[in-house]
Amino acid sequence: MQIIKYIRLGLFLLLMLLVPVAAMANEDEAGGEINVQEIIFDHMSDAYEWHLWGHTHISLPVIVKHHEGGWEIFSSARFHESADGTYKGFYIDKGRKGKVYEQGYEDRPWDVSITKDVVQIWINIFVLLLIFIPCARWYKKRLAEGDHAAPKGFKGAVEMLTMYIHDDVIKACIGEKHYRPYAPYLLTVFFFIFVTNLVGLLPIFPGGSNVTGNLSITMLLAVGTFLLVNIFGNKEYWKEILWPDVPMMMKCPVPLMPVVELIGIFTKPFALMMRLFANMFGGHTVILSLTCLIFITWKVSTGMGASMTVVSFLMLIFMNCLELLVAFLQAYVFTMLSSVYIGLAHPGHHK
Amino acid sequence: MGNMPSILTPDFGLLFWMLVSFLVVFFLLAKYGFPAILGAVEERKNFIDESLKNAREANEKLAGVKAESEKLLREAREKQAQIIKEAMATRDSIVAEARDKAQAEGRQLLEEAKKQIDAEKDNALRDIRSQVADLSVQIAEKVIRRQLSGDGEQEKYIERMLEDVK
Repeated sequence: MQIIKYIRLGLFLLLMLLVPVAAMANEDEAGGEINVQEIIFDHMSDAYEWHLWGHTHISLPVIVKHHEGGWEIFSSARFHESADGTYKGFYIDKGRKGKVYEQGYEDRPWDVSITKDVVQIWINIFVLLLIFIPCARWYKKRLAEGDHAAPKGFKGAVEMLTMYIHDDVIKACIGEKHYRPYAPYLLTVFFFIFVTNLVGLLPIFPGGSNVTGNLSITMLLAVGTFLLVNIFGNKEYWKEILWPDVPMMMKCPVPLMPVVELIGIFTKPFALMMRLFANMFGGHTVILSLTCLIFITWKVSTGMGASMTVVSFLMLIFMNCLELLVAFLQAYVFTMLSSVYIGLAHPGHHK
Repeated sequence: MGNMPSILTPDFGLLFWMLVSFLVVFFLLAKYGFPAILGAVEERKNFIDESLKNAREANEKLAGVKAESEKLLREAREKQAQIIKEAMATRDSIVAEARDKAQAEGRQLLEEAKKQIDAEKDNALRDIRSQVADLSVQIAEKVIRRQLSGDGEQEKYIERMLEDVK
């Protein structure tokens, strides 16, 4: 059995080495120089279609509004059908981030297309529901039978992670008194980021889209924290911002501290947004760069390409392991800091 | 802004769908997902706490029962000893009584025997006496008849007769 396992692993590794070679052959057909930056950003950017392999891709629906009014819904495949790449006056402008523009207008039309990232978000949500809804049903069923036994296997792992985040992050950071209403939101945030990060590491179809490494997504999540902190912050929180407990000269003639604190309101979620984005973006960039390295060195010489393939392959394994850790860590840090900020918005009376 | 990569510039469509999708998943998980798990864990915690409390109480109760049973056992043993003591005393008294009774009976029997013996003796004496009297009468008769024949011989006869009688 052991030998069969090794043979299988060997074959798998060989296959992994062949994939870049085959892909390179494709690249050669295209006959262009390898533009690493373009490849990387192409892989990580949102798109109107989901690239699968070679020239195969899933076309996704484009939903745009004419500047004159009137919505249009059509498959992105329509762009390829016409000679000049336009359909009903819309075209994809490769020079301007590959977004859809309307002919004769410089500014973007209203565009709520179901892009690759949107589909990826839906897939992630489906995964989340697939994890939690059966789990919750199981608990409900068992409780209805008066059975208090702890779950085993996957459900046990889900419970462990949920309770870990709930007890050691949310409850610990917000405080025993106020944490309860925020727990579902913060748990959703954690698991959404965690699952999105993990699925983003998959190199092929159901995953691989770079969602948490997109500033729009992290911005929205950060705005969520920002709203929770500032809408539900209590009187003491606002007093500490507008009239902090510092010497009078720091706040009276020139409101130095209040200004600093007010800036702080915005820098905190901004840091949240940038941290998650930069970490995921960075991880994907490194992995893609290492992959590109294989192609570049193959261009230089076969020997160098072969040896660099091995090195890159080992480095890729290492990076993917590291990214697994980062995937959890960033979700954890985002949830923890959000909890801390919410906790800071509920200061108790000073003793 | 113009030449920045698209992942760095917020996109309205993506923001819109992300907001909608996130709200949906938040709603679903907050309503159907997490409360069930958190509630179950909370209930399990309560259940365990209660079970521990019950176990502690049961232990205490058990210890009480044990002490009580030991007390009962001790009491039973004491009672047993007492009963044995009493039984021994009763036995002793019965034996003593029996002995007394036997002695008394024996004495009575002896006395009765003595009385009977006395009575027999009296009877015998009376018999002897009457026989002696009869003999005396007979002898006297014979003597009286002998007198008719001679003095000397009479006397010898009487003596012989007496000796016979004796």
